[in-house]
Amino acid sequence: MSSKPLVSDHDEQQLSYGRYTAGFLVSIGLTFCAYWIATHVNADRNLLAIILALLAITQFAVQMILFLHISEERGPRWRLAAACFMLCVVLILVGGSIWIMNNLNYRMSPQQVLQYMQSQDNL
Amino acid sequence: MSTATEANGIEIRREREATEKTVFGFWVYLMTDCVLFASLFAVYAVIHGNTFGGPSGKDIFKLPYVLMETFALLTSSFTCGLAMLAAQRKAKRQVLFWLGVTFSLGLTFLCLELNEFHHLTSEGNSWRRSGFLSSYFTLVGTHGLHITFGLLWMAIMMIYIWKRGLTDTVRKRLTLLSLFWHFLDVIWIFIFTIVYLYGSIGL
Repeated sequence: MSSKPLVSDHDEQQLSYGRYTAGFLVSIGLTFCAYWIATHVNADRNLLAIILALLAITQFAVQMILFLHISEERGPRWRLAAACFMLCVVLILVGGSIWIMNNLNYRMSPQQVLQYMQSQDNL
Repeated sequence: MSTATEANGIEIRREREATEKTVFGFWVYLMTDCVLFASLFAVYAVIHGNTFGGPSGKDIFKLPYVLMETFALLTSSFTCGLAMLAAQRKAKRQVLFWLGVTFSLGLTFLCLELNEFHHLTSEGNSWRRSGFLSSYFTLVGTHGLHITFGLLWMAIMMIYIWKRGLTDTVRKRLTLLSLFWHFLDVIWIFIFTIVYLYGSIGL
């Protein structure tokens, strides 16, 4: 680290300032896009949901990099590792809950229950 | 002479390592907080359809109002970054100015949110109305509670900086505060998308 020529404080300040400004402008743009799509675009709901999710994930990445500086870590990247682990837990937790509960709902729908009871009667 | 500078260098490096450890510890806390929010999101995703004959998200959310909240919080996240840059320059007045701006924007956000909650409850759509509203108030309210504590922390930091100046300890704490504040903005992206935007398109 010490053998590298150091970037002057002034340059570093300018660079960080640029990062924050870029992060801010991109986030505003993405938020506006998402808002506009949700209010003005008439399309299939699921398609809209996917587009909105992609916009949110992009904004998440932008803010992680430009506001939370996850890519500027020196040495072993423990923060990035912790963030990846968090993402795994979140995906399992949220995805798993939705999957299981939808499945239960589907199996417990009135028609299904009725069909099951009728099939039992026939026996 | 050279041993003195060497000792000084070791001291500085040791201090930097200690700071990095503190920041990492705080980061781990933020990640576990994410898991807390994820479980609330999961609950919301599972039961937001259970309106029990009451209103759904489409009926009660006012998107332009929420967009205003979003911009207030996003801008406060940006000004918090500017305060951090000023802290690196050790410019005390600028730090206080930008923290003040961040605080006011955060307070604006909180007031807008409380006003929204007040409107909902006064129209009879409180958390007792349905499963959807319970999960909505829990999720958004938990975020609001984090914002409240963030504001409290920020106010204390401003008094501290004003009285004692930008010491190394203060700057370390400011780093943690800015991480916390940016993190809350990141959580809000998902609340805005999943609760409000998805609600308005009727999902």
